[in-house]
Amino acid sequence: MNAGRSSEANNVKHRMSVQRTSGRELVVTRTINAAPQIVFEAWINAELFQRWWVPKSFALELLSCELDVRVGGAYRLVFRHPGDPEPMAFHGRYLEVRPPSRLVWTNEETGSAGQVTTVTFEERNGRTQLVVHDLYSSTEALDEAISSGSISWNDDTFDQLDELLASATPSK
Amino acid sequence: MAAGEPDRPDVEAMRALLLQTADTSATVNHMVQYTAARLDASFAALSDATRRGVLAQLACADASITDLADKFRMTLTGMKKHVGVLERAGLVSTQKVGRVRTCRLGPRRLEAEVMWMERYRQLWDARFERLDQVIEELKRKERVDERRKKQ
Repeated sequence: MNAGRSSEANNVKHRMSVQRTSGRELVVTRTINAAPQIVFEAWINAELFQRWWVPKSFALELLSCELDVRVGGAYRLVFRHPGDPEPMAFHGRYLEVRPPSRLVWTNEETGSAGQVTTVTFEERNGRTQLVVHDLYSSTEALDEAISSGSISWNDDTFDQLDELLASATPSK
Repeated sequence: MAAGEPDRPDVEAMRALLLQTADTSATVNHMVQYTAARLDASFAALSDATRRGVLAQLACADASITDLADKFRMTLTGMKKHVGVLERAGLVSTQKVGRVRTCRLGPRRLEAEVMWMERYRQLWDARFERLDQVIEELKRKERVDERRKKQ
């Protein structure tokens, strides 16, 4: 009996775009309502970073987060998934650190496709245009990341599909 | 079996759409709706636990209908029906060699990409929502600090 208005509340959102701009590149763009100096801080300060990087809805528990934000410095995030007995770590190194406009890091955990992540922070009328690029070594590497990440036909996948369809079905 | 053939142009169109779209939330919605229509047949096929089990099984290795019937403790006729539904949705393809019909995962892999992209989008959407909150706090703190400096 909860018909109507539920989705309207969500419409007042910042524009976000997600694109596969080429065979080996994913680009996410979003505007943040603050100057780059402030936004950049939320990406390099571990205490702030861990508050938003791991969404609650993804059922991952962040056990630790260390960011040594300087060129050549390492980062390491350790997570636990309720379904997995072993915690998993995401780690890599910073290739570029240019406050407050650019951050580049590698993704070196085993099983990762070794993509390089570039984040740019561009000032636009007092706000920040944030662009996150994930560049894979090849089209095959990105295709592989996609198929290995989602073709596990488990219940989660179907729940996900359920939600996707529910949210996409136009109300009649 | 022309009806069971996957229609390539549609798949190509969807890939093109995936590559180009998604500039605004409106186009994302459009993509999702388009995808949803396309996913409908698959979804019906997947609404059944046995059929999902069959897919999981075929993800590990190809199997004959007899193998599958044994595995899921069903009659051959029952399993044929399930495989038929999966085949029409493009999720499974079958090939008869001699007297054995072998089943393998079908050509509708692209949906994995759509779902993966949707999940990726949800991940970033959720992150940015939290980031907005963190940023608002930082701004508030900065304003307080500035006021203190002035005093």
